[in-house]
Amino acid sequence: MISRERRRMIGNRLLQVIPVLLLVTFFSFLLLHLSPVDPAVLLAGENPTTQQIEEIRRYYHFDDPVIVQYGRWLWNVLHGDLSKSLISREPVAETIAAKFPATLLIVLYAMVIAISVGAPLGIGAAAKPGSWIDQLATAVASFGVAVPYFWVGMVLVLLFGLKLGWFPATGLVPFSESPWEAIQSATLPAIALSMSGIAEITRQLRASLLEVLGSHFVRTLRAKGLPWRSILWRHGLKNVGITLVTVIGLVFNRKIGATVVIETVFAIPGMGYAASYATINKDFVVVQGIILVFALIVVTVNLITDLAYALLDPRVEA
Amino acid sequence: MATLSLDTVKPKKVTPTKLRYFLHSPKAVASVGYLIILALVGTLAPWITPYNPNDIALSNIMAAPSAAHWLGTDDLGRDVLSRLMAAAGASMFASFLAVSIGMSLGVPIGVIAGYAGGRTDAVISRVLDALLSMPAIVFAVGVVGVLGAGLVNGMFAVGILMLPGFARLVRANTLVVKQELYVDAIRAFGATPLRIVTRHVLPNAIQSAIVNAGLLLAVALLAESSLSYLGLGVQPPNSSWGGMLARAYNYMEVAPEQMYAPGFAILVTALAFNGLGETVRLALDPRGPKR
Repeated sequence: MISRERRRMIGNRLLQVIPVLLLVTFFSFLLLHLSPVDPAVLLAGENPTTQQIEEIRRYYHFDDPVIVQYGRWLWNVLHGDLSKSLISREPVAETIAAKFPATLLIVLYAMVIAISVGAPLGIGAAAKPGSWIDQLATAVASFGVAVPYFWVGMVLVLLFGLKLGWFPATGLVPFSESPWEAIQSATLPAIALSMSGIAEITRQLRASLLEVLGSHFVRTLRAKGLPWRSILWRHGLKNVGITLVTVIGLVFNRKIGATVVIETVFAIPGMGYAASYATINKDFVVVQGIILVFALIVVTVNLITDLAYALLDPRVEA
Repeated sequence: MATLSLDTVKPKKVTPTKLRYFLHSPKAVASVGYLIILALVGTLAPWITPYNPNDIALSNIMAAPSAAHWLGTDDLGRDVLSRLMAAAGASMFASFLAVSIGMSLGVPIGVIAGYAGGRTDAVISRVLDALLSMPAIVFAVGVVGVLGAGLVNGMFAVGILMLPGFARLVRANTLVVKQELYVDAIRAFGATPLRIVTRHVLPNAIQSAIVNAGLLLAVALLAESSLSYLGLGVQPPNSSWGGMLARAYNYMEVAPEQMYAPGFAILVTALAFNGLGETVRLALDPRGPKR
């Protein structure tokens, strides 16, 4: 049964989402109004005629006060209308929906790699501090945060795509078409994308497990004669689980943003590539829509992380 | 040993012992030494590059490394080593710019939220939550697209996204520091809130922000090279490591070796920034080694 304390905490956390959602949508909305030039001119592209500018101004109601425009925009967003691309004339929401699966595939794949490499490394390092595995973990953690992940992607394309031909160099096969080929073509981008995630998970798990193993209750357990192995597995890892949940949320959110570069390197038809393509072509309505969707994903992931935290952490009861 | 640890209690002795500690850490010396050399190369680039980094020589494109061109030439015949050296300054400047923007906005906001508490804190905290939810590089890409491509605009966007991290750290520390007895004491003496905050709370709450700044330099460097890779950072013909990677990628099948030098430059510089951050962390940590 969920205790009153937990329920109160979850309720508070749910209430906090409302202002954050309003602000996130407002920041995304504001993007078009950041520019020192008239947003209508901004959207009109190269060498627009006065008539085109006027048309855009009327279409988006740029003459209204900003807050009224925000209200109308938000109303449309709530009804699933993210406006239309000025170049392809397609509804932005449809474009995003079509590109979402590719991005989700490489991000989830990168998360799987990051966890399956980072978790054993971090746990192994903390279980035997100073051993070779600890040194390896430290090296991997410093390399992972410092290496430009898109460069890793380029080198992977060169080695495994072009020279060895083990994986397709660029592009992505849709998962719905052929799951096996989709996984294969997502492997290189997912490895490149997982770099900082591996580092972060290794570092945080190592630190958190070291802290638990150095605590007084572990000393008591050892004193009463419990074998080291069962201390590590039964008592150490239970506490590490909470850290893992937090760090997974954090890493996932970073990867979502990093897709803009990785998808460009690998020419993957996902949301990240669409964002960089739209930015270069000054199709800012599309950029705005993608930023909004990414931000909503991040807000949701943060909420899930915090709720999981409230449910898992035994200290919440105190 | 006993006399040594007694000595460290005196504030005068702290600086030399910290310096000695620094000199005994090869990682710290290597990081700081490398960054000083890189800063010199970046500043002096106009005078010390072997060739003009923007000089095009179409008769000698994509040359392999040789005695004349140590790292070869790019797809327009420009000397790769010269371009690498010329880009160092911009990359370092960009990293420091983004982190300074984030820190100079984030620290005061964090102090205000933590010290004022109540409704002010709640409002600021929600704004920070929302800013933290903006997807970093995509947001920067969008902002640069709207404001116009260029290094300063890009780093402005990256700096804004670093703001909440600084603010949260400082806010948390301020909450602790403002409960301290000495703050109560100075308030009882009739000090104004401004004086309490600037003279007593801030100096004690800012340490973790300084450590955070050191570690964020590498993040800023990667963000800068990502933006330049996408063509939204440093504008051609000026060179940037990210931009060099983007060009090399286009000619990967002809001249794959072009890809390595800029990538290593970013990697080593980011490692050095992290080494610097780690050094600052140990130097400021009161529990750290004081040998």
